[in-house]
Amino acid sequence: MGNKEKDKVRLLDDKGLRVDGRRLDELRPVKLEVGVLDKADGSAYIEHGRNKILAAIFGPREAHPKHIALADRAVVRCRYHMAPFSTDERKSPAPSRREQELSKVVRESLEPSIMSEYFPRSTIDIFIEVLQADAGTRCAGVTAASLALADAGIPLRELVAGCAAGKVDGKVALDLSDIEDKKGDADLPVAFMPKSNAVSLLQMDGSMTEDELKQALDMSINACRTIYEMQKEALRRKYHVEREEEEKEEVAEVKA
Amino acid sequence: MSATHQPTPLAKLEQKTIQEIILKGQRIDERGPLDYRPLTITLGIVEKANGSAQVYLGKTKVLAGVKIQTGTPFEDTPNEGILTVNAEFVPLAYPTFETGPPDENSIELARVVDRGIRESKAIDLQKLCIEPGKKVFVVFVDIYILDHDGNLIDAAGMAALGALVNAKMQEFEWKNNEVRYKETKMLLPMQNYPVPITSVKIGNSVIVDPCLEEEQVMNCRLTVTTGKNNDVCAMQKGGLGTFTPEEIKQIISSAIQKSKDLREKIISKVN
Repeated sequence: MGNKEKDKVRLLDDKGLRVDGRRLDELRPVKLEVGVLDKADGSAYIEHGRNKILAAIFGPREAHPKHIALADRAVVRCRYHMAPFSTDERKSPAPSRREQELSKVVRESLEPSIMSEYFPRSTIDIFIEVLQADAGTRCAGVTAASLALADAGIPLRELVAGCAAGKVDGKVALDLSDIEDKKGDADLPVAFMPKSNAVSLLQMDGSMTEDELKQALDMSINACRTIYEMQKEALRRKYHVEREEEEKEEVAEVKA
Repeated sequence: MSATHQPTPLAKLEQKTIQEIILKGQRIDERGPLDYRPLTITLGIVEKANGSAQVYLGKTKVLAGVKIQTGTPFEDTPNEGILTVNAEFVPLAYPTFETGPPDENSIELARVVDRGIRESKAIDLQKLCIEPGKKVFVVFVDIYILDHDGNLIDAAGMAALGALVNAKMQEFEWKNNEVRYKETKMLLPMQNYPVPITSVKIGNSVIVDPCLEEEQVMNCRLTVTTGKNNDVCAMQKGGLGTFTPEEIKQIISSAIQKSKDLREKIISKVN
């Protein structure tokens, strides 16, 4: 393979459309669902392109082992993990160095949104399981985990939305798919809180000029705003219905 | 699992003082906000390694060693050599560094340095192929943190780069199904020189190259690794705070500027 063969893969057609027919600034389809697991305190499921990811929250619960507890805030713990069948080649279930790094980066992207000072001496556990990976798993994982935190009723400053941008065939492009990530020129995962104008996750690898990088940053931040609206909509879908049911029950009681 | 760690008690007491000093445009060690600490780099101090470099960044000391051995290539890159980067936070460097398997901080550091070298295509890995699909050279970069006074990523990245430009290997040829080593030595086929520059946000101010005390009270940090054409090849945000998009753009611009001198300094050591 090497560089020569890599150059042969064309990621943009003559009209400037991408392998999956998207425009450069177009997101893949995103589907969000809140409260998908019974036993977790909060949960969410995301389909972002062909990514399928589950996130679950346990806590706030008593810190265990006790010595990890902090006197003035909750300890936030996070595990980002990929299922062995989630990738083309089977992935060993043991946590890789990549997963260990991403667990840290994802935790650091969600922690600024959590009002952990309300829960001293406790832990809030975030579990992200990637069931199928299709590039941009860490960002989709953050989007789902933030919804799961809200579903768990944990006070948040704001929802966190994640989306990557990058560079394919020399052009800045939004939300890279699997082949674009592997054969493209650069990847820039971002997580963003729109109301606070705050970037809480930022990584990059590949090669970009200063201008391309700034353009890609703006592009991914804009996409995060779109995903943020979808997150709010997903929460409304779940909790709006429940409120209507409650009202019906009340009416039924009055009649009785 | 990645967990929130205990901040040092000192950090809480010092936080306000350090913030106030930085708000006045000063630093606790009397630097300006965008001043880098003095950097000393010494190449080739470990003779048994193919290449080595010791970096002093203020009081931070990092040693990197390069070993080159043969191995089998990865299936998806049959005619490329292999690069692996590992970092050891050895217990003699800092009171809370412990023995045992690498923790998330050392994994993160090694992977950020790795991405800088890999994505900037610093080493021409195709030139390290001996027999496609069968035998290639493996370049091991091992980073040793010896004294921790903040900004380990930058010090480690520059030590790794120094060790790579310093590395010498036996010239070889592939004949009759075997590697034949020549008498002469050659340098690693380097084509780029990635330099990481880390900035941190304290309060609402951004400063470059944090010392340990500053790192302990920071909201968050951003490392920007730049190659020789001023192209950015890796970035990593860390810490529990957040940046505004404007701050990020400013940090990128100043990191690109800052990396030029440091790259010159490292390359000039080779001759």
